[in-house]
Amino acid sequence: MAQVALRNIVKMFDRTPAVHGIDLDISDREFIVLVGPSGCGKTTTLRMIAGLEEATSGEIYIGDQLVNDVPPKDRDIAMVFQNYALYPHMTVFENMSFGLRLKKFPKPEIRERVQAAARILDITDLLDRRPKQLSGGQRQRVAMGRAIVRNPKVFLFDEPLSNLDAKLRVQMRTEIKKIHQTVTTTTVYVTHDQVEAMTLADRVVIMNGGRIDQIGSPHEVYHKPRTQFVAGFIGSPTMNFLPCRLLENGAGLTVRLSDWLTLPVPPSRETRYRPRVGQEMIFGLRPEHIREGRGDVPPGAAPFEARLDVVEPMGMETMVYFLVDGVEVCGRVEPAAAGTVGESMRLVADLNQMHLIDPRTELVV
Amino acid sequence: MTTATATAAAGQVGRIRYGSISRGRRRALFWSYFFLILFVIFFLTPPVYMFITSLKSSAEISAATNPWWVYHPTLSNYIDLLTQNQFLIFFRNSAIVSICVVSITMVVSIFAAFALARMRFWGSATLATGVFLTYLIPESLLFIPLFKTFAYIHDKTGIELINHWWVLIILYPTLTVPFATWLMIGYFSSIPKELDEAALIDGAGYIQMLTRIFIPVAIPGIIAAMIFSFTVSWANFLYPLAFTTSADQLVLPVGIVTTLIRGDVYAWGQIMTGALLGAAPPLIIYAFLMDYYISGLTAGATKG
Repeated sequence: MAQVALRNIVKMFDRTPAVHGIDLDISDREFIVLVGPSGCGKTTTLRMIAGLEEATSGEIYIGDQLVNDVPPKDRDIAMVFQNYALYPHMTVFENMSFGLRLKKFPKPEIRERVQAAARILDITDLLDRRPKQLSGGQRQRVAMGRAIVRNPKVFLFDEPLSNLDAKLRVQMRTEIKKIHQTVTTTTVYVTHDQVEAMTLADRVVIMNGGRIDQIGSPHEVYHKPRTQFVAGFIGSPTMNFLPCRLLENGAGLTVRLSDWLTLPVPPSRETRYRPRVGQEMIFGLRPEHIREGRGDVPPGAAPFEARLDVVEPMGMETMVYFLVDGVEVCGRVEPAAAGTVGESMRLVADLNQMHLIDPRTELVV
Repeated sequence: MTTATATAAAGQVGRIRYGSISRGRRRALFWSYFFLILFVIFFLTPPVYMFITSLKSSAEISAATNPWWVYHPTLSNYIDLLTQNQFLIFFRNSAIVSICVVSITMVVSIFAAFALARMRFWGSATLATGVFLTYLIPESLLFIPLFKTFAYIHDKTGIELINHWWVLIILYPTLTVPFATWLMIGYFSSIPKELDEAALIDGAGYIQMLTRIFIPVAIPGIIAAMIFSFTVSWANFLYPLAFTTSADQLVLPVGIVTTLIRGDVYAWGQIMTGALLGAAPPLIIYAFLMDYYISGLTAGATKG
């Protein structure tokens, strides 16, 4: 059990920077997910914690120890790879016990630990098989078993589910969560899948272009994104972004999105937004906050009419798309309430959930 | 098969030509067998001829009878050869040389290939190409400078390296190590990088990574390299011809030719017998190792 700390970590590949000075504190027993698009530096960061890549500068601590110059085997970590990396010539038992055998653990203890891990992962029947006799999901469990038996200070997961099919991925995701609840080892998990990040993490670290854009609980990064990138990356379908102008309208403020669409800013946001009056801004609102307009409009929400461009029934809900000055905007409505393409539909925007982004800094106001 | 499927698909709607796939397959099989049989005839005729001749007496060989038939089979060639001390010395020399060369080659090339394939260091890529380039230099060009080198060593140290069978143990690796190393680099490179990273994290050092992960996984490649170096050292003719001369220092290929051809008298029966007996060990070794030559051992290590 240990905390992990990164202090101003920089990684250069030749002259190309991959990670630009990141700071991160991971508490003991915490489940941290590094998430971001390809090439954002998340895997490089994980590999630096593992010791498989050397940090160009900065400090990495595991527990209280500075580990920059400590080889991977002495860092007391275990890693689960995207493509499992099982030793093909060894049985499942041998795969799981390899690390313990190298460290010359007594045989009865090795057996005991492997059995215990196999019970947690439900692979007791597979211990005599070789990796090629296993399915993808089983191989993934063995890879996790190999990590668990070592009882390390930190678990590192490098996109462990991306090779599995969609159904198995959801199942294994739940299992990883359960295993973490049982084993409670500090975990750093890398993924590009924001759903995995949201469901697994105690805290999500969103990386973009070698920098950390935001660190926060899943709730926080969803509801209070710090940058336009985070706002767009988290949530599916992605947040609608529209260029707008913030205007003063009598006592209150409004956002003018188009000649035909101007929405009022809720009073609770007025003090925050007032210094930006008259400026060109970006208006952000998630599809789930554009609903069908039926009955009374709740406070802070604004009704409007829109001509539907595309209608996508999803079963549980229906996505409706309409154009605002050429920009496609998505709303999420009850299937029964959805209109047909070309028709006008009454929608309600919940402006209590709106975001205003400064286009120059790309920061959320 | 693709053609056959396409034909079936292009057939009139409602009238699918059943069996066209198997017809295509039959045609493919016919041609496979045709060429395989051609190949077998081409390559097996010489050994069969050797075997037939080895069962004939000298008189029958020189008689104008059907060369493909034995009228008076005899084992005298075999008995003569195997009771001759000389032949057994050639055989022993060849065996010791080959075993030593295979061992030296494997030790050197496995370590070299592991270093070149996995431990990134300055110039490793150039070195890997360089290793292969040395293999491309023909041996007929190499033996002259080697001869000069041996003469130089003799001048400086007084150590005589020429006309000793064991000098072949030093010479043959110049032919086998580059190619075996190249082959092993290929095998080691095909092992997923994550396997060594997993081993590193599991606590293995480089030597443990090599002995416990790389060597077991690359067994098919190691066997291929062993077969190659054994063949080279068992069958090489030029080096022993150039570097050894006394009858007790010869190895099989040169020994058979120099002792069984006396002036212009060719002991054909014994030459054929000697060649057949000489070809037996490699054959036995191949047959034995082929069972272990299981490719695709890496299947299941990673996804895919």
